[in-house]
Amino acid sequence: MRLKHITGIAQSLLLARWKQTLVAAIGVTFSVTLFIALLGFMEGLNRLLDGLVLNRTPHIRLYNDIRPSAIQPLDLAADYKNYHHFVNSIKPTNARKEIYNADAIIKNLHADQRVSGVAPKIIVQVFYNLGNIELNGIINGVDVDQEAKLFNFSDYVSGGNIYDMKNISNSIILGKGAADKMLAMKGDIIKVTTTTGEQFSLKVVGFFQSGIAELDKVQSYASLSTAQKLLGQSSNYISDIQIKLNDMTQAPVLAREYEKLFSLDAEDIQTANAQFETGSNVRSIISYAVGITLLIVAGFGIYNILNMMIYEKMDTIAILKATGFAGSDVKKIFITIALSIGISGAFTGALLGFLLSKLIDAIPFKTASLPTVTTYPIDYGLQYYTIAVIFAVATTYFAGWFPARKASKIDPVIIIRGK
Amino acid sequence: MENNIVLEAISINKSFNDPVKIDVLKDITFKIHRGEFVSITGKSGCGKSTLLYILSTMDTDYKGLLYIDHESMEQKTEKELAFIRNEKIGFVFQFHYLLNEFSVIKNVMLPGFKSNKLSEEELEKKGFDLLKNLGIEKLAHKMAYQLSGGEKQRVAIARSMINDPIMIMCDEPTGNLDNKNTEIVFDIFKELAKSYNKTILIVTHDLHFAESTQRIIKMDDGRIIN
Repeated sequence: MRLKHITGIAQSLLLARWKQTLVAAIGVTFSVTLFIALLGFMEGLNRLLDGLVLNRTPHIRLYNDIRPSAIQPLDLAADYKNYHHFVNSIKPTNARKEIYNADAIIKNLHADQRVSGVAPKIIVQVFYNLGNIELNGIINGVDVDQEAKLFNFSDYVSGGNIYDMKNISNSIILGKGAADKMLAMKGDIIKVTTTTGEQFSLKVVGFFQSGIAELDKVQSYASLSTAQKLLGQSSNYISDIQIKLNDMTQAPVLAREYEKLFSLDAEDIQTANAQFETGSNVRSIISYAVGITLLIVAGFGIYNILNMMIYEKMDTIAILKATGFAGSDVKKIFITIALSIGISGAFTGALLGFLLSKLIDAIPFKTASLPTVTTYPIDYGLQYYTIAVIFAVATTYFAGWFPARKASKIDPVIIIRGK
Repeated sequence: MENNIVLEAISINKSFNDPVKIDVLKDITFKIHRGEFVSITGKSGCGKSTLLYILSTMDTDYKGLLYIDHESMEQKTEKELAFIRNEKIGFVFQFHYLLNEFSVIKNVMLPGFKSNKLSEEELEKKGFDLLKNLGIEKLAHKMAYQLSGGEKQRVAIARSMINDPIMIMCDEPTGNLDNKNTEIVFDIFKELAKSYNKTILIVTHDLHFAESTQRIIKMDDGRIIN
């Protein structure tokens, strides 16, 4: 029995019931379309939301933490070496936040194959002066080029050019929330007071908007040299080193390694932002569950239609068997029917899914917290198309398999005698 | 003479067990030789159709031995039996049983697709010749459901011959036809038996029809009585 003849017979049976076939295929198309659009949309949103935090967060942050010394004087006393020590009311030492020998560390990190980029940072606590009101603030002194390269800095800055921060001395990119409170416009001069009590005038060259309102009320950005000036420190003062890795999952291991190597504190992204991973995983699971349910429901549709078709085509099956078609031939015919519904439905669905994604991608989506996003985010990952098509074809295969097996077991004598 | 036997049944017994045990066939033994035109007749319910289904290998639930072309049908798988039906037996049923989804010529070619011995072109030519012999070549490209009863039965006869079977089995081939068509179909069978030397086994309750065959096997209550 040639495949050509099996498909020929399957085709004739399909065309004889083309309306049912169409309905079944539309069921598959519909579910594949929705699967692709839903997951693309969901992943797009996930990436956007994760990006809010993850893009802005270094994979590893090296810094000097403020904490009490692990070794107290008593521990050094030889006489009490084998005793358990109770020391109350330990206070941190007057530790400096500065990272010693930062240049050498940065050079060393650049040479590391596992590191994709390094950006130095200085965190400065300030008060924004607003007449006689003082607002809490943090000014991040950053290397603009590295910040733009590693953390998409420019995506979060509106109303100005980020390089002005580097080119204009004593300039600041002000947090949007803080700027709104201060009614500061671009080009305005604002006053800040440092924790040591010194006042500075800074020129506003743009606004920073991270998408997290609480952050924007506090955080502002300035160049490294401006930050060093605010703190009254020399030009090699650096308080944080931010590291981006080639493989984010290595962060916890590398953090421990650098901690030892440079005698610094290291914080990895997984520890810092564990909840975001969890959130996006749960969202993904939910959308996969919904998508796969759609595909399975479509499978039941095919199962029903094939079952009905078998009842209608009892005579046909009986006559095929009487004239010498084996049960396996009949089974092949019905599985061919199911698969051709599945495959044509799946591929049409993939195409429509792509178009629906395009449509969603074109819908305007403006939100105050995301200045660079203008339409709904969509992830066009090929994996959704692959999963949808494979799953749709597999579902229809199984949906066809059971009715096909039933058809193959039909006893022609009962049908022929029954007339 | 022995080599001429195409079908041999040895003491075939069959009984239905539901709801009570009924013996439908009792100790059926007979032979059919090549080129014979045989009819099986009997009253309704005497088991003649049941016997035909067993002889045609479709029904395997019986006791006894069945040889088709000197080959025992015992212990054969469903696939092997299907193969034998396809190669060695042609079928004509009471209700013509053409596939409505296909054109007439495709219906005729269908058993040939399964045996896959001829190319599609050769098969089509052969099918067309068969239709021509039966005088219905004009219908070749019509759909099966567009035909009248008598035409359908003639197409069914053409289909039964596409694989050059060693015998043709018919279950009440004229049972559903009017007198005129019955005549036509009957003439075709006679012609097949005479000119083409085909072995034909017909189950019928139409005595008039049966009488004009070479040999009549009469059945009553599950036994052969002549």
